Amino acid sequence: MGKKNKIYLLAYALIIFLVPAIWKNNYHLMVLNIAALNIVVVIGLNLLMGFAGQISLGHAAFFGLGAYLSAIFTATFGFPLWPTIILAMVITGMVAYAIGIPTLKLEGHYLVMATLGFNIIIYILMIQLDGVTGGPSGFPGIPRLQVGGFVFDSDRKIYYLLWTISVGTLLLSLNLIHSRVGRAMAALSHNEIAARCAGIDTENYKVKVFVISAVLASLAGSCYAHYITFISPGTFSFFYSIQVVTMVLIGGIGSLWGSVFGAILLTILPEILHAVKEYNVLIYGIILMVVLIFFPQGLFPVVAGIFRKRKDEARSGMELVPGKGP
Amino acid sequence: MPEKVFQQNQTILETREITMRFGGLEALNALSFSIAPHQIVSVIGPNGAGKTTLLNAITGVYSPNSGEILFRGMPISGLKPFQITARGINRTFQQVQLFSNMTVLENVMVGMHPRTKSGFWDGLFHFASERREEKKIREKAETLLDFFGLLPKAYWMSAHVSIADQKRLEIARAMAGEPELLLLDEPVAGLNIRETEAMGDLIIKLKQTGQTIILVEHNMHLVMGISDWVIVLHHGAKIGEGRPEEMQKDSRVVEAYLGT
Repeated sequence: MGKKNKIYLLAYALIIFLVPAIWKNNYHLMVLNIAALNIVVVIGLNLLMGFAGQISLGHAAFFGLGAYLSAIFTATFGFPLWPTIILAMVITGMVAYAIGIPTLKLEGHYLVMATLGFNIIIYILMIQLDGVTGGPSGFPGIPRLQVGGFVFDSDRKIYYLLWTISVGTLLLSLNLIHSRVGRAMAALSHNEIAARCAGIDTENYKVKVFVISAVLASLAGSCYAHYITFISPGTFSFFYSIQVVTMVLIGGIGSLWGSVFGAILLTILPEILHAVKEYNVLIYGIILMVVLIFFPQGLFPVVAGIFRKRKDEARSGMELVPGKGP
Repeated sequence: MPEKVFQQNQTILETREITMRFGGLEALNALSFSIAPHQIVSVIGPNGAGKTTLLNAITGVYSPNSGEILFRGMPISGLKPFQITARGINRTFQQVQLFSNMTVLENVMVGMHPRTKSGFWDGLFHFASERREEKKIREKAETLLDFFGLLPKAYWMSAHVSIADQKRLEIARAMAGEPELLLLDEPVAGLNIRETEAMGDLIIKLKQTGQTIILVEHNMHLVMGISDWVIVLHHGAKIGEGRPEEMQKDSRVVEAYLGT
């Protein structure tokens, strides 16, 4: 990661952790907490979309797997909290691996269909297996997040924890894309034939990125379950999958900072649009359409470009090496 | 660049009766030849003779329907492109295939992939070993760019440099994989006379480091000027091979080209 990215990250973390000190409205903090979790899912999805050239329409299912596995293991079986979250990530990762192996070996976008189907199956299972999941009425009484006896029982307290996870995910992902593996991923998403002939095992990388992507969604899902303490199938329907894909596109495909931007913007936007009551869905839709038609690279490169002189870098959105440009 | 050491009279690449069919078309027809190291071997032939198909078969982009390809005595047909690259064959493409979302330097750094090790965990946490390797990758990429005269443009986006530079960059990226055998697919297509001459000099300079090169090219002036050996293909079959001056006079070759 370049020096510039480190400075941005530090500034970003500072701003984030100062917010609760000046912001007194707990409801607003809750919205930001959800944004923190969305960022984790969206960064994971952007690694897949921007760096492996594949699309998943099933990230709600991975998010849901994390949430339900966490809920069932801790509340029903009394497993310890943090090991359960890790266990949920491992199981979700194995499920993603099982989906990825057959579909990513094929050329083309078979993963979209597979994940879409998977999302629907998981959603039906959440409703039908009501002995385990609580069915349509949901799963209550999930233990709260805690670290060494300290229980995160308010929006304000948990803010710091969730945003640490969120910023940590961004840090590690930025690290990843600025490494040998990240370069290989960027190469394969851009020109698969050239990547293969440059010695990159493209199939293997695609599967790995997909697994990482699912594991991040699972982590966010587990945190969500232990934060809200109640989950129901509606949260994990196909619509959430679409929403996170939209966040990636709005932020800019292949730009991790863009994902942060897209996730925060689209989490907050519906709250702001409450003011216009029944028109909010309409306005939300219009905003999405305008952005996707006029800024297909996403909004973030546009916003960042205003502050940047070097067009090259903004256009690439790759954040690899600070380009000196011609 | 490091000098490569081979025993004399050794064969680096051998094809045995390889046949490649696309539907009813035989793009390669029981093609056999062998190539000695440290040479520039040109593969020539009219359009559709199967030259690019041959490169695709050698690099594993296609798998031959029958026959065998041996690289340093080991069969490589059926392996995937990345496995073949790892064994030491690298290539360029007729239509330049760069990673245009990356800088010139990054393109070469990607080329180093099969010769470096850092994995996912190294990438996530940037361990000391990863940082050391990354530094080495960068330094070696810069050395290569210097060799190819591209160092001043290291931080340009690769899509923004001239075609001649893109062609050279593609070769630099291929050389980053430290190949024993370098395959060049029409390296001077689209270049002007001056650029073509510079490319010829560059290929000779590469050969002087001990590099074995297979050159697929239409520019006869270049082929005859720099090749040690020429193989002539026509309709997927070999119709002759020999020293360039011999091939220029060969009646079958002249006939294939002029169609008389």
